[in-house]
Amino acid sequence: MAKKYHVSATVNGDPVEFLCSGQETMLDVLRDRLELTGAKEGCGSGDCGACSVTVDGRLICSCLMLGVEAEGTSIETVEGMADGDQLTPLQRIFLEEEALQCGICTPGVLVAAKALLAKNPDPDETTIRYWLAGNLCRCTGYDKIVRAVQKAAAEMRA
Amino acid sequence: MSQLRYEAPGSVDEAVALLASDSDAKVLAGGTDLIVQMRSGLRKLGLVVDVKKIDELMSVSSDGGAWTIGAAVSGAEMNENAALKKDWPGVVEAVDLIGSTQVQGRASAGGNLCNASPAADSVPAMVAAGATAVIAGPNGRREVPVEQVPVSPGKTSLATGEMVVAIKMPAKPARNGEAYLRMIPRTEMDIAIVGAGVSLTLDDGGTCTAAKVALGAVAPTVVIVDDAAKALIGTKVDDAALEKMAAACSAACKPIDDKRGTIEYRTKVAGVMARRAALIALERARSN
Amino acid sequence: MPNESSFKWVGTRQIRPDGPDKVTGRAKYAADYTMPGMLIGRILRSPHAHARIKSIDTSKAEALAGVKAVVTSADFPELASEMSPNSEMVIDFSDVSNNVMARKKVMYDGHAVAAVAATDAEIAEEALSLIDVVYEVLPHVIDVEEAMAEDAPLLHDGMITEGITPTPTKPSNIAKRVEFRSGDVDKGFAEADVIVERTYKTAAVHQGYIEPHAVLASAAEDGQVQVWVSTQGQFMVRAFCAKVCGLAISQLRVTPAEIGGGFGGKTVVYGEPVAVQLSRKSGKPVRVVMSREEVLRASGPTSGGVVETKVGAKKDGTLVAVDAVLKYQAGAYAGSPIGPGCMCMTAPYEIENVQLIGYDVVSNRPKVAAYRAPGAPISAYAFESALDEVARELNMDPIAIRQKNAVKEGSKTVYGVTFPRIGFEEVLEAAKNSDHFKSPVPEGEGRGLACGFWFNIGGESSAACHLNEDGTVTVISGNPDIGGSRASIALMVAETLGIDYNKVRPIVADTSSIGYNFVTGGSRVTFATGMAAINAAEDVIGQARERAAKIWEIDVDAVTWEDGEARPAGSNAGDHDPMSLADIAKMAPKTGGPINGHGSINAQGAGAGFGCHICDLKVDEGTGHVTVTRYTSIQDVGRAIHPGYVDGQLQGGAAQGIGWAINEEYVYNDDGLLQNAGFLDYRIPVASDLPMIDTVLVEVPNDRHPYGVRGVGEVPIVPPMAAVANAMESATGVRMTSLPMSPPKVLKALEGS
Repeated sequence: MAKKYHVSATVNGDPVEFLCSGQETMLDVLRDRLELTGAKEGCGSGDCGACSVTVDGRLICSCLMLGVEAEGTSIETVEGMADGDQLTPLQRIFLEEEALQCGICTPGVLVAAKALLAKNPDPDETTIRYWLAGNLCRCTGYDKIVRAVQKAAAEMRA
Repeated sequence: MSQLRYEAPGSVDEAVALLASDSDAKVLAGGTDLIVQMRSGLRKLGLVVDVKKIDELMSVSSDGGAWTIGAAVSGAEMNENAALKKDWPGVVEAVDLIGSTQVQGRASAGGNLCNASPAADSVPAMVAAGATAVIAGPNGRREVPVEQVPVSPGKTSLATGEMVVAIKMPAKPARNGEAYLRMIPRTEMDIAIVGAGVSLTLDDGGTCTAAKVALGAVAPTVVIVDDAAKALIGTKVDDAALEKMAAACSAACKPIDDKRGTIEYRTKVAGVMARRAALIALERARSN
Repeated sequence: MPNESSFKWVGTRQIRPDGPDKVTGRAKYAADYTMPGMLIGRILRSPHAHARIKSIDTSKAEALAGVKAVVTSADFPELASEMSPNSEMVIDFSDVSNNVMARKKVMYDGHAVAAVAATDAEIAEEALSLIDVVYEVLPHVIDVEEAMAEDAPLLHDGMITEGITPTPTKPSNIAKRVEFRSGDVDKGFAEADVIVERTYKTAAVHQGYIEPHAVLASAAEDGQVQVWVSTQGQFMVRAFCAKVCGLAISQLRVTPAEIGGGFGGKTVVYGEPVAVQLSRKSGKPVRVVMSREEVLRASGPTSGGVVETKVGAKKDGTLVAVDAVLKYQAGAYAGSPIGPGCMCMTAPYEIENVQLIGYDVVSNRPKVAAYRAPGAPISAYAFESALDEVARELNMDPIAIRQKNAVKEGSKTVYGVTFPRIGFEEVLEAAKNSDHFKSPVPEGEGRGLACGFWFNIGGESSAACHLNEDGTVTVISGNPDIGGSRASIALMVAETLGIDYNKVRPIVADTSSIGYNFVTGGSRVTFATGMAAINAAEDVIGQARERAAKIWEIDVDAVTWEDGEARPAGSNAGDHDPMSLADIAKMAPKTGGPINGHGSINAQGAGAGFGCHICDLKVDEGTGHVTVTRYTSIQDVGRAIHPGYVDGQLQGGAAQGIGWAINEEYVYNDDGLLQNAGFLDYRIPVASDLPMIDTVLVEVPNDRHPYGVRGVGEVPIVPPMAAVANAMESATGVRMTSLPMSPPKVLKALEGS
């Protein structure tokens, strides 16, 4: 057996501990060790964004981070987004604006969009498109995603 | 079976000692290249040394106008440093061009330099701006121009046990402007087919007194085009000078044909990119 | 057909039933499934484009601690040739088997040669490296025209071209020749005032779904196997795994997981039979998930092709003749979409003299799979580009020339079908009246327009409609939902029953819980499976009326169903209070037991779809970089059951088409090895590459469907390549005859002009 590292971190506000090998990515840990399968592996190389999470508030691809690096950090995933049984405006508006089809990119897009709106509450179309350039979507052509982010931003500003 | 050992030392000395202890050791900064290489089996590693717990590698400071940027500081963080961005917008933009927003949250200038890709976006920008790399090793510290770090695709001049701890930017000269542009097939997410960094300094009359032009992805390592700089120096950076500079850039290219571009394309577009970058640098120089 | 204005749910934008799970991370995709004791399966793949397998030694891998099973082609029965319909294409089970696990020869870079199941991924990877395969490398061929050459390396020794009389005596890489013909092309060209003759080339492109193929298989000691999988067809997976693994269909129960995109590419099997055999051999559940690299190297792209095109027209714009030769890459095994490519090429236009000859050609590439309107985008790119040139030569407006020749009800296609009511004329009129077309072309930009056609299919579908105790309804169908079909089916069932949309819960069932359904493909689900669900709902209404009649003690013919209620009618009108579905459900135990409706059909009458796309773009003359600045997709959608998701189909198809037009391609090196097997260098459009994509939904209902549905998902990928190419000519004066129109190619073309 490969040597395992013991890691303590905070995930979606809750303390977690896990064991992982040196080469396991944070995405592997989230999915296989913590049973948080909301983050998806679309490429494993940081090119698709389906595994997006925030680490200490910074948006990253969890496939490009080792699980062992998580020691002492605070990680947010799509599973931690809703407030109890209430969807956030961003989640709800994604549904209302039909901003998803197959849904495989959606967790990553939502996490990325949330990070954008935390930084910039009123992004224009170009800003949204460049911010989300690392979140590939093959179903929607991005149109409805961009509109949903704009609409959620407007509602959150109000 | 292969086992990856992970260490996260808190000081440069400890990191150097770890790196010196294992010839298969590798520095982990943002990991946006290293982890991909590991996973695709391109790199078989025994030990990764995560340097992000070392304050020096994670901080940005300025002293008398000169900047010291920790080698593991992310592009996103550099981009959020307004003072740094004001002084060296070309370098900051170049680092911040690497990959997606997500990748920018991790990828660093030091990592981009040490990955030694011919297409590294930050390198031509840093070279043009006159950046140096502070290297720590078992025998102490040394400082070299950044262009001396990569020696061939994937290889650096660092000896066993050595690591880049910081990138240093000189104090911003008056009336200096710099810029980096790259050609990619999409608008984001691609590796540069050609990259061009240009820095130029004007006198009060608007004549170029100093210039440096560096190209990426057109040779095994970054290419400093002295003839391109010469074409600008002593001119008002007018069309004729830019034309000459662009021609010098194209002439300096020694690219390859690969999946991303042809020799012919890279050669031609190097001049185009350099010219456009020079115009942005000129604009910036005039307003500095 | 119900009166449109009376619709309460059809045509409204409701929250999709699968939505909340998809915005919270709860939705379960195949790679998210686990089981106690589950093993991880990994597949060893060929490093060569073409090689004979001299030997495979798996002993070292088998000996590695943690390895529980190793399989090679020896673990799969050798199958005789047997053709089976597969989405809009046809597939040979023998080829499926050989593609799943190479037997004797590897046919392309990435072809599976062996697989292992181990207790974790790291051990499985290690085990792969311990498998010793000895290859004898053979000459390979990648390019379609080189593969057709007399002296090309042969992929299959026994491949004799079908469709040629007399039958050739020598084998070749040409699997099949097809021909479609009407009129006399020589006579047609003799009448032409303008002739445009060009050869167009397209690159192989991948569907690019973001979710890699994933499967979990669990075999029991009694021979029963359960499978959870990302697929467009659980019944296809069941049938294909049964064939490839030598099982009876009843031994397999296949549950479709949420699917992370398919676009046609998940209408076949790859790792599924491998997971089944590994599970049978190890006695443990086995999960096999492809990496992105494996997806690109080993799962099906669609063909690249060469289309030699000659188009003749009279001065007034009447198209008089088309003569074309289409050569499509099939990949390593026969079965490119050459038939649909020919069928769709000229289908939007009435042309008296047409001759289309198609070749299905194998080469050392992964076997092609369906991709959204398979075959049509390639030939439409050629024809709509040539038509644009004809219009330019005649100085005719691009819409006017299309209107002049547009097919309508009664027009006959070259493949022999006479169109019923179709909406192409309405589409062209809507394009002409669109804001986009009416606005001036911005300075420095170009505008192009192109049309596209897809026939759409129907086919076999089963659905059930269960009336629950409280009057709510569960609708069970058997097609994975790739574009919002649960929403559209629920809307149609709510409309039919006259109850609230939120009282209808649609689910996609496993193969043991609902009758057979053909794959999700051919834009058939809302049409065909929707119709089965409507039939099931009508069955419920029929039973509900019988129950009401029983309670009221009147004849069932005297009970009508209106607004979700049984009402006494005729002479009994007003004698009894109406009974809602909830009232009837409550009484069901006393009136005959549970009320369950069923619908089983082989749906005919799929309505053909037509679209017209308008593209504005600008070209960076220094770099050849193309930026699409404005885009509009206009399409006859029959009736938009959920207009939001119909928009989504039009937008997504356009985006894929723009990617196909500008940057997507397979790049091979001289050794026949794929160079860009990742999303870094296989460049699908990112958000910042695209503008908003406007849509215009034209609704000419299909009279063969209760709500007028036409398939909508495939037409949108047919026009974009020519729309972009035509806009390129408008912007630069340069005609791009080869895809993708990537910066290096564009710059070279600009310099050559």
